Amino acid sequence: MNGAKAIVETFIKHGVDVTFGFPGGSVIPLFDAYLDYKGKIRNVLVRHEQGAAHAAEGYARASGKPGVCIATSGPGACNLVTGIMDAYMDSTPIVAFGGQVPTGLIGNDAFQESDMMGITLPITKHNFQVRDANQMAPIMMKAFKIATEGRPGPVYIDLPKDTQVNEVTEPIPEEVKIAGFQPTLVPNPMPIKRAAEAIANAEKPLFLIGQGVVLANASEELRELVELVKIPVTTTYMAKGAFDEYNDLSLGSVGMHGRKIANYATVNTDLLITIGCRFSDRITGNLKTYAEKAKVIHADIDPAEIGKNVRVDIPIVGDAKNVIKALIAQLKGMKVEEKKKWTDRIKKFKACCDECVKVQKGKRIHPRDVMYALNDVLKPDDIVVTGVGQHQMFAGHFLKMRKPRKFITSGGAGTMGFGFPGAIGAKVAMPDSNVFLVDGDGSFQMTIQELGTVKEAGIKVIPIIMNNSYLGMVRQWLELFFDKRYSQVNLGESPDFVKVAEAYGLKGIRVTKSEGLVPALKEAVKNDVTTVIDVCIEEESNILPMLPPGGHVKDAFGGCMAEAGKFFEGE
Amino acid sequence: MKDKKHIISMLVEDQPGVMTRIAGLFSRRGFNIDTLTVGKTTKKGVSKMVIAVIGDDNVLEQVEKQVNKLIDTIKVMEMPEGKSVIRELCLIKVSIANKKQKDEVMKYTEIYKTKIVDITQKFISMELIGTPAKIDAFIDLMKQFGIKEVSRTGATAISRG
Repeated sequence: MNGAKAIVETFIKHGVDVTFGFPGGSVIPLFDAYLDYKGKIRNVLVRHEQGAAHAAEGYARASGKPGVCIATSGPGACNLVTGIMDAYMDSTPIVAFGGQVPTGLIGNDAFQESDMMGITLPITKHNFQVRDANQMAPIMMKAFKIATEGRPGPVYIDLPKDTQVNEVTEPIPEEVKIAGFQPTLVPNPMPIKRAAEAIANAEKPLFLIGQGVVLANASEELRELVELVKIPVTTTYMAKGAFDEYNDLSLGSVGMHGRKIANYATVNTDLLITIGCRFSDRITGNLKTYAEKAKVIHADIDPAEIGKNVRVDIPIVGDAKNVIKALIAQLKGMKVEEKKKWTDRIKKFKACCDECVKVQKGKRIHPRDVMYALNDVLKPDDIVVTGVGQHQMFAGHFLKMRKPRKFITSGGAGTMGFGFPGAIGAKVAMPDSNVFLVDGDGSFQMTIQELGTVKEAGIKVIPIIMNNSYLGMVRQWLELFFDKRYSQVNLGESPDFVKVAEAYGLKGIRVTKSEGLVPALKEAVKNDVTTVIDVCIEEESNILPMLPPGGHVKDAFGGCMAEAGKFFEGE
Repeated sequence: MKDKKHIISMLVEDQPGVMTRIAGLFSRRGFNIDTLTVGKTTKKGVSKMVIAVIGDDNVLEQVEKQVNKLIDTIKVMEMPEGKSVIRELCLIKVSIANKKQKDEVMKYTEIYKTKIVDITQKFISMELIGTPAKIDAFIDLMKQFGIKEVSRTGATAISRG
């Protein structure tokens, strides 16, 4: 068995039956080995390596299993970098493989050589260079362990060509140990007890749920905990769907473009119960004034996140599932009264939020209507992937998800172009679910070449292009913060996306009126190939209210704010 | 909170690229390395690194946590001054213009218990082992003679008791 076959064998051992990749000189032996394992492993041939990395992310996010992407050395591996960085920011378990020149040529500036160990070092949880075919399997075993255990993240493996070709002569170990990698999974009982007491004593508690709950597959436990204590729940965009957004106690997403009710609750809570959230600046605004009235409980699997951004009163280190289970066990033995006054007020304001119709209507379709139409069509197991920009914030704000792993978005990195390949990965992971892509015309054009991938691999996704011929989010900032001095945000006349889809042998539908949205979505669901829906939206609509960047959460402005600094009438 | 020097001792896997990982982490997170030493331990494949870092208590906490997250890091310990022995080695070459100066330097070497490792008509080279503060003081003292060259290892440390 050569090194390349050892790679495929190790894939199979780890349950990997699909990879996303693009070939090149340094990975020829690896893809050659695929031919000997037909039916056990397949590669989705992307059109650009960035697509492979994002598809691996989409696969991992939708399935909970590690995603794998492969590229050749030099430019190929460099094209993975954006996706690896994105996975690092969003704690997504992927294992990325890059070819490398043969070990004897490393350091000689050989053809298509690049120092991928150096390049990926700050954007991976860990990286390895295989220097001997005998190390191939053990290194991969370590890589899968590191990528998936504890706080997940990307691992990069550099594959010099000779290590793929050379024979494996030593036996492959059953297990590998990594001395410096022992994540704390079970929380200490002391802070759990203190947290439970704080929950019992609080008057206005609030759950702030982050992606940690999704990564730990702890939604069911969260539902049980919320039912037990009847405390309202807000989530980050990364955790959207971790708690059923149709539940009375769900306040939807929080943060810069989050729901008004969620931000109101953050400002007014006296106990912020944070689980698996890293307090990004898009959630907190100014750290000095963030949740200033509240005691903060912060549970996270990564001790380095605790106290990094926000002062913490009760720190808990552990896996979200274990933390929530421990809290349930502790709280069951205590008398916890419902905070009726607080929840009643929250529910009242939430109702105004849901009924709010303050939207400036223009001639073209308002983005909000697209989300309402999608809400009508979405089934609980359907998946929505987004690009990055205004459309993403509209989706995060208005869509309602019932289940975890159904809303997949580039959060920490904000990678335009993530959406389409991300959706491809999600569909490969969950072939029985409809996968909708909410994208912008700007974002979509960054990875539009993957239309070739979906056509050839027979992968059906439904890209909805919110087409306003603008880079909408930057345009919104220029309108709000730069006196409408528009610089480099007008994309001019868009290509005819319907014709582009057709040119690839796919289908396209253009929607120019709100009434056309639901029928178009239904038609796309019915079609058996990828159907691009080009939605002509308002050119200059804004996603409002928004929090001023770096400001106080209570200084949200615009849209349906009662007045600046005041979320609701009569609050 | 006030910035001060903290000494962190860590056991790391003796792998290629470990230094790059640590140095990269420090620069990426904006931590300020004062000194860094590394050497073998009695255990094969494990090296010990001692880093002096400047910052307040929050910085120290983040450094410890972030360094701990590196896969190649096996163990991280803070080495508080009272509970650790902290030493540094310094080689220093000083100019001597005349006999009077030479005698004076020799006098100081005795007081500071430095060892003379090389001597010529124009220069004396000495070896001094001590706390970083002691070395600072000695270097300060030698300035009057004219320091030709200094080479310091950076602090290394071991816990007391």
